[in-house]
Amino acid sequence: MARRNFGTQVTALVVDDNALNQKIHQRLLESVGVRNEVVTNGKEAVDIHCHGKRFDLILMDMDMPIMNGIQATKELRSMGIGSMIVGVSSRCPETEIRKFMESGLNDYHEKPLNTAKLNSILHKMNPNFTSNNK
Amino acid sequence: MDKIHSHRQVAAIKHSLFDQGYLDEQFIQLEELQDDANPNFVEEIVTLYYRDSSRLISNLDHTLERNPLDFNKLDTLMHQFKGSSSSIGAKRVKAECTLFREYCRARNGEGCRRSFQQMKKEYATLRKKLETYFQLARQAGPLETAYRPK
Repeated sequence: MARRNFGTQVTALVVDDNALNQKIHQRLLESVGVRNEVVTNGKEAVDIHCHGKRFDLILMDMDMPIMNGIQATKELRSMGIGSMIVGVSSRCPETEIRKFMESGLNDYHEKPLNTAKLNSILHKMNPNFTSNNK
Repeated sequence: MDKIHSHRQVAAIKHSLFDQGYLDEQFIQLEELQDDANPNFVEEIVTLYYRDSSRLISNLDHTLERNPLDFNKLDTLMHQFKGSSSSIGAKRVKAECTLFREYCRARNGEGCRRSFQQMKKEYATLRKKLETYFQLARQAGPLETAYRPK
């Protein structure tokens, strides 16, 4: 109950160029009541913020065409966007993850995102949040 | 009794997919996201996977025909395929993708070609088994939820 209640107070933006990942992340977020939108690259993520939209949580893929996750994160932070930005990527090398984190991420998770990882993200956003075990 | 038999068949196929290492925990994670409002979620995800896979396999085929081989491009394409495969829990396919990428890093063209053929076999086998599984599941009625292999 606590998990779903907190989730319904959160809005999220999924930034990923892959339709399969978009669908999984959207469904994961919906399952805990998080209202969400999807954009397909970093430039669209920046543009949606330029149009005045704000989100509590941004799930940011690293490798995307036009503008990648690193550039997009840097851009959003330079705009003063204080949202929780979580990098989600299948990149493994430590150097690449570090580079991604240094762009302004609050957290990073390796794909695929799952319920446990999402719970840990929500817990970071609200330390009073505890998940219910299924 | 027919319904019970059908459900048992579905369960047996799913059991074997995990036992034989075709699928991993990620598939169960997807099933847990399926509910009355999203009754075909897993099959929709897998269908997207097939679409992604067909495109990537075709691109890999063309790239492997080039001389000299562009190992960076091959690695990038296989990285994408590995990512998609991980997202649905395609364990064996993922393992072959990893092996292929090791051959790319070693600039081993022959190894890449061999590994790619094996990867295609694993993908084809998984696809056939999943198509059978979903067909039977549709015939049996609402899917069972969250079977956890021992």
